[in-house]
Amino acid sequence: MIGRQHLQVQRKREHETREETTIPTRVFVPTADIYETKDVLAVILEMPGVEKDQITVRVEDGLLYVEGRLDLTKYQGLQPLYIEYNIGHYSRSFQLSSKIDQTKIAAALNDGVLSLTLPKVEDAKPRVITIS
Amino acid sequence: MINSFADPLDVLLSLQRALDAQTGSGWLQNQTASQGPFPPINVFQKGDDVLAIIELPGVEKSDLQIQAKENTIRISGKKTTNYPEGSVHRRERVFGEFDRTLSLPIQLDPDRIRAEFRDGVLALMLPRAESEKPRTIKIT
Repeated sequence: MIGRQHLQVQRKREHETREETTIPTRVFVPTADIYETKDVLAVILEMPGVEKDQITVRVEDGLLYVEGRLDLTKYQGLQPLYIEYNIGHYSRSFQLSSKIDQTKIAAALNDGVLSLTLPKVEDAKPRVITIS
Repeated sequence: MINSFADPLDVLLSLQRALDAQTGSGWLQNQTASQGPFPPINVFQKGDDVLAIIELPGVEKSDLQIQAKENTIRISGKKTTNYPEGSVHRRERVFGEFDRTLSLPIQLDPDRIRAEFRDGVLALMLPRAESEKPRTIKIT
């Protein structure tokens, strides 16, 4: 352990929902990285254990919603011996700027990491509104 | 004489006992020089065997090494990123190398350990060694 920095465990942040749940589940905020290149804005979210078909990405009123549901049935019948982290679903939303082409958003899932590519619009030109 | 107050030493003693039970439980002892709190590990019992589930989102299979010896499992590797050049708006994920040893209070059968890595979650099926399993003794 000389001079080498070890990764620290990040505490999972629990999602603050306004609605109450009917079944006792936890919802966490996935850790995210956001970066911008010349053409795209990329949102990278960590959602370990979530399968591809259990992810919902939707755009509504300029908000980008990402939801990942964990298959909790895999944990049924398991007796915990030593627990370091909690499991639950993932949910997070982001406000999109008008410079994003909301129809061309692409998503890919690799090793529990969801990468969303949000292309910028070709021309973010201001429109002139004529007074009739 | 008032007996209703709890003895402050009792409180300390129960804390001491709780800490002793934690450290003496046989889980995750410092058995190798390689230690770190990452990645977080959950351990479950499944029948006779033990199932360890480890969250490693963003780690590629080729960057992950698992070694087993008697009753210890070593998980090491690195978590890297390949973001292109550009401006960063948000940085929450962590990257780097990790090396962690899980020590179990039971003897394992290293040849029968199965590892499965899917969607950033590593599941290790750790079968109990044959010599550890209880035997029924027939009464003659």
